[in-house]
Amino acid sequence: MSLQRELRNHSLEHHHFQLRLSVAGSIVLFCFAVLLFRFFFLQIGKYDYFQTLAENNRISLVPTVPNRGLILDRNGVVLAHNFFVYTLEITPSKAGNVEDTINRISQMMEVSNEDRKQFKKLRAQTHNFESAPIRTHLTEEEAAKFAVNRYQFPGVEIRSRLFRSYPQNNLGSHMIGYIGRINENDIKNLDASGDLGNYKGSDHIGKGGIEQFYEPVLHGQTGFQQVEVDADGQAVRVLSSTAPIPGDNLVLSVDSKIQEIAEKAFGNRRGALVAINPKNGEVLAYVSMPTFDPNLFVDGIDAETWKSLNGSLDRPLINRPIRGIYPPGSTFKPFVAMAGLEDGKRHPPFSLSDPGFYTLSGSAHRYRDWKPDGHGQVDIQRAITVSCDTFFYGLALDLGIEKLTGFVSHFGFGKKTGIDLTGEIGGLLPTPEWKYRRWKQKWYPGETVIVGIGQGYTLVTPMQLAQATAVIANNGVAMRPHLVSAIQKNNGNGGTFNIPPMKQDEISLDPANVALVRAGMVDVTRPGGTAASVGAGAGYDIAAKTGTAQVVGIKQGAKYNAGAIDERHRDHALFIAYAPAENPTIALAVIVENGGHGGSAAGPIARKVMDYYLLGKLPADIVEASTKKPAALVEEELHD
Amino acid sequence: MISDFVANLSKRIDSFLMGCIFFACIIGLFVIYSASGQDWSRVLPQFINMMVALTLMWAVANITPHWLERMALPLFVVGLLLLLGVALFGEISHGARRWLNLGFARIQPSELMKVGMPMMLAWYFARREANLRSADYAIAALMLVVPVGLVMKQPDLGTSLIILASGFYVIYLAGLSWKILAGGAGLIAVMTPIFWSLLHDYQRKRIEILFDPSQDPLGAGYHTIQASIALGSGGFIGKGWLNGTQSQLDFLPERTTDFIFAVFGEEFGLLGNILLLALFSLIIFRGFVIASRAHNTFCRLLAGSITLTFFTYVFVNIGMVSGILPVVGVPLPFISYGGTSLVTVLLGLGILMSISTHKALIASS
Repeated sequence: MSLQRELRNHSLEHHHFQLRLSVAGSIVLFCFAVLLFRFFFLQIGKYDYFQTLAENNRISLVPTVPNRGLILDRNGVVLAHNFFVYTLEITPSKAGNVEDTINRISQMMEVSNEDRKQFKKLRAQTHNFESAPIRTHLTEEEAAKFAVNRYQFPGVEIRSRLFRSYPQNNLGSHMIGYIGRINENDIKNLDASGDLGNYKGSDHIGKGGIEQFYEPVLHGQTGFQQVEVDADGQAVRVLSSTAPIPGDNLVLSVDSKIQEIAEKAFGNRRGALVAINPKNGEVLAYVSMPTFDPNLFVDGIDAETWKSLNGSLDRPLINRPIRGIYPPGSTFKPFVAMAGLEDGKRHPPFSLSDPGFYTLSGSAHRYRDWKPDGHGQVDIQRAITVSCDTFFYGLALDLGIEKLTGFVSHFGFGKKTGIDLTGEIGGLLPTPEWKYRRWKQKWYPGETVIVGIGQGYTLVTPMQLAQATAVIANNGVAMRPHLVSAIQKNNGNGGTFNIPPMKQDEISLDPANVALVRAGMVDVTRPGGTAASVGAGAGYDIAAKTGTAQVVGIKQGAKYNAGAIDERHRDHALFIAYAPAENPTIALAVIVENGGHGGSAAGPIARKVMDYYLLGKLPADIVEASTKKPAALVEEELHD
Repeated sequence: MISDFVANLSKRIDSFLMGCIFFACIIGLFVIYSASGQDWSRVLPQFINMMVALTLMWAVANITPHWLERMALPLFVVGLLLLLGVALFGEISHGARRWLNLGFARIQPSELMKVGMPMMLAWYFARREANLRSADYAIAALMLVVPVGLVMKQPDLGTSLIILASGFYVIYLAGLSWKILAGGAGLIAVMTPIFWSLLHDYQRKRIEILFDPSQDPLGAGYHTIQASIALGSGGFIGKGWLNGTQSQLDFLPERTTDFIFAVFGEEFGLLGNILLLALFSLIIFRGFVIASRAHNTFCRLLAGSITLTFFTYVFVNIGMVSGILPVVGVPLPFISYGGTSLVTVLLGLGILMSISTHKALIASS
């Protein structure tokens, strides 16, 4: 009985298996039928089409590189454009002995070792039947010479490729950035994002500044042609083509004239300047000094120039506005004052008598005021105007570090401003928690005291400082700062896409308090203020604050003597300002590295920028076509 | 004497399968000769690969299914450990971590899994046969997913796909309920649009290109377009052996390995394609016969899975070359250059032979 059932189960199970096998078999048959159908489609249905394509082995797919978008300033001044260059290219599969071909070419025109290396590198990255340049920037003469002897060089042809040029040379180099040869790392990134196909035939990619950040907008869509080629690899006939879509133009909010004025005003000092329209976040000038010539990078910078740029003590390759970090010094005070007022801690008629130093209870350590004898009786407005350290020492301690940094962080300190550039760093707003994480140490009250005057661990980028100034100028409304204000489409119907102003954050501030801080800042540029000379004869009100950031610590009781200190150890000069004070349309931050005092070193630069922006006044050295000083003179000035 | 010796040697060889294999190998050598640009230095190593693989097939055919069953678990465990070893200490070559250096030799454990996986699952279901519950399918699925995941991470999409298929076939043949199969298919149909909407634009673009290579003719779609030109220009009777113009020049990439079918199709045309597909169909047909005649569950499941896996190789490779499937690295059995895939395919066929020729012996004992 049980044996019988087992047998029956067995046969039942076997039957199930057979059923499943038959289903699988049907699927197999179906799939093979699909393949057969596909073969019919390809080999019978579209035979003629593919036969044409394959005819005589002569079909080649050639990418057509799109024109890269231009970069223009707000008035249409061209900052980056393209031009054609003759290149001599070898198609390895058609050239036979490539090494020999190169040697024979080198008898006709100069082929440097760099050229050979570059060719080898490119050849490894492309198909054997695609051409790679052995020489670029052929002169007319060289091109003509080769054209005459072309028959001796199968697989070698003259082509024209697009190159990038920056007609303003050094102007705004950190902001514009540059393009460079696509390297292995770029290829990896492009592959990961699925864009590698679109870069077939492209040699360059944005490597810094706007060129990098807006790469997808600027590059465009690569087109391709199916071409028939003869035995030498020369295109004979185009079979089909898909046109490339050119990249879009970028219109910056930056005014290259302001940019020029600012860069000139720096002379050969190091530093940074960022000017923003506080109402809409448009960046008007973006200066990082010293600058470099982005044209150097386009075709691969040579080792020596690279070394001299990268090794220079002046660090010209550092993008200072977003990557340079400095203690804000006294330019931090208006923001601390704002915190004190909003918290009610220092509301008028509060005032104190400044003895010239501040001490914590139970400690003998003296936190000195920059003015040894003190400022006498000061209220909050005067504290800003005369930059009274003692006042802010006490205020910071009263607020406490968490409340202080928590409040000023709304102005954008301690985080990225979100400007449209790659590589921005966020500076540092210290908190006890941060200190513990970083150093495994507890926070001391003395550290809170010095944060009140922008010293200690606090670090800001010039970009942050400019943005914070814009926020205070705009009554607490933070607009997202941006360099690009419009994108001009180059495809199809064209058209321009304006980037709308975007509100980033809004701090609710009591208008009376805003007015109070503004009054203090306006007095800074009036007689008796720390930057009285900056405001002299301006014709409009400037709300400003000076600052000095220590580079080298000064011992208790020692005196700071600028003359006795090595130039690179002198204090950084800082200056923030917005104008016209009542209805500001420009806010800016200036930092002159090792410049000494903010009012005298950084202030005049800011004044020149504002004079031009608000009054259209050109500084004396700009009116004439500017001539560059010889390098020797620059050297001398550096050491005086 | 001599005829006795030959009879003994070939006792475990399924003559029907052997005939097909013989023809397939001959075709393979001819196509390699053409695809490599008439390069004997490609043909001779491939010939040696074939000899080695055929010897291994013969050896496996002589192992009784009973022993195969006993080897299933150890083989699987060793394979799994080696895969873990690869994940931890594997050597990276061509951007993927697939190889394990044992000091005396470099091995690719994922290949072992192609045989080990169906054996293990067949063994498992054979053991649980008497009281099979749905939990068993879940356990089997787990045994399947872990190695597949490890191989996918190497990354080796093609191999992980084959292992996944070979395991799935066992689970399917073991009787996974139709409802679950239908439910799974339904779930995939429902989840696809949801999954799609969660993807980034560039991820979508990648997948779109996978299914429609003409969107990216210079990048990922390049292989497929060139292969289509080669195939299509072959026409009905083909351009003739050694006369394939697309494949003789540099236009066709990977023309001796994954894309070799394009060379075949260009030179032998639709007629050749039909004949080759017929030859593969005969092997698959014979596999089905062996599976349905097998005497126990282990043999049935294993033979069925090996046969369907063989079909998967053929379909995925030809489908990819002719542009109806996305490009995944799966070689064409017998035709693609390379020893590894030959060995795995012929090991599988050796198991089929073992099952087919040992059945009578056991049934009578």
